[in-house]
Amino acid sequence: MPSTVALTVTRYRPEMEAEPTWETYEIPFRKDWVVLDALNHVKDNVDGTLSYRWSCRMGVCGSCGMKVNGTPKLTCATFLSDYLPGPIRVEPLDYFPVVRDLVVDITDFVRKLKQVKPWIIRTEEKPLGEGEYLQTPDQLDAYKQFSMCINCMLCYSACPIYGLEPGFIGPAAIALAQRYNMDSRDQGAAERLNILSEHDGIWQCTFVGECTKVCPKHVDPAGAIQQYKLSGATHWVKSLLLPWGTR
Amino acid sequence: MSADPHYTLYHPRWYRRRVSVWWWLQNRSYTRFVLRELTSVFVAFFAVVYLWQLRALTQGPEAYGQFLARLKAPLFEGVHAVAFVFVLFHAITWFNLTPKAMVVRMRGKRVPDWAIVGSNYAAWLLVSGAVAFILLRG
Repeated sequence: MPSTVALTVTRYRPEMEAEPTWETYEIPFRKDWVVLDALNHVKDNVDGTLSYRWSCRMGVCGSCGMKVNGTPKLTCATFLSDYLPGPIRVEPLDYFPVVRDLVVDITDFVRKLKQVKPWIIRTEEKPLGEGEYLQTPDQLDAYKQFSMCINCMLCYSACPIYGLEPGFIGPAAIALAQRYNMDSRDQGAAERLNILSEHDGIWQCTFVGECTKVCPKHVDPAGAIQQYKLSGATHWVKSLLLPWGTR
Repeated sequence: MSADPHYTLYHPRWYRRRVSVWWWLQNRSYTRFVLRELTSVFVAFFAVVYLWQLRALTQGPEAYGQFLARLKAPLFEGVHAVAFVFVLFHAITWFNLTPKAMVVRMRGKRVPDWAIVGSNYAAWLLVSGAVAFILLRG
């Protein structure tokens, strides 16, 4: 086991430089350290000007997504020991504008997420007196996987389509739309279809599949999009053959 | 202040990296993806040759003989060999992706991926076998 490891980090200080540069820190190597621990060590002991986002340290908040050696990762769940002997390269997520160092601007994602209406839509609410909307374990199982998304945006960073076509709604937002579409309590599928079947919706996806590979929560956004394509296409064929049946 | 609501005073100077034309060489799965997309060209090529064959068939035995002779040219044989590899790659990669799009539930449980892929391959073999039987019977 080495006693130290080199951490090469992207620096971008807009007041000082026009383009990002690299800075290498030699940090102590500890078996139980993740990349985020190493960044915190740098921030606390070596260079307080380093900027990055983090919060929960346990893969729940989705704030600490960065690229480690070229792959989008949650840095709180990425052990230094998997990247020996180093150097370990830490970069901001791809395709989002970099605000400073490892911090990216996520406005685009938040805007798209809101567009797909990720909440339960009811055409008619039943009166409170009738109690809650019940759901069987099977009905829960139908969407549970997609509900695990923590909005970490690693899937956007892994998706070359999002890089090439910035209008693309993107993997996580579509997976979350599908999370509500598959929910037995929801009645908003038709409303979401309008947004998702547009040019920048599901049909932009050419199924690279990397979103699913990098997802730390096993949400499988690529699967969600393909399933949505299948149901969208079936709906379209039905409306063509039985125009009165789909209304 | 400007009346334009989109104008922000002291807007941060974001850095936007442009996507390289060579993005698909950055990692192996991107390259495999682009190759998979390219297979469609060869599938289309095969379809065109097939249409050409049907056309020759309708024009009588002589035209069909000519068509077959043309196919035996080394250039065509070479292109066909390459097309075959790509069409095979096309079929295999798409079969392997089917469980992503098809979620089949039986008795409340999701059918495992291998069963969906397996049934696709089985159907492929069955149809190929049936076609081979019809063609080779005589």
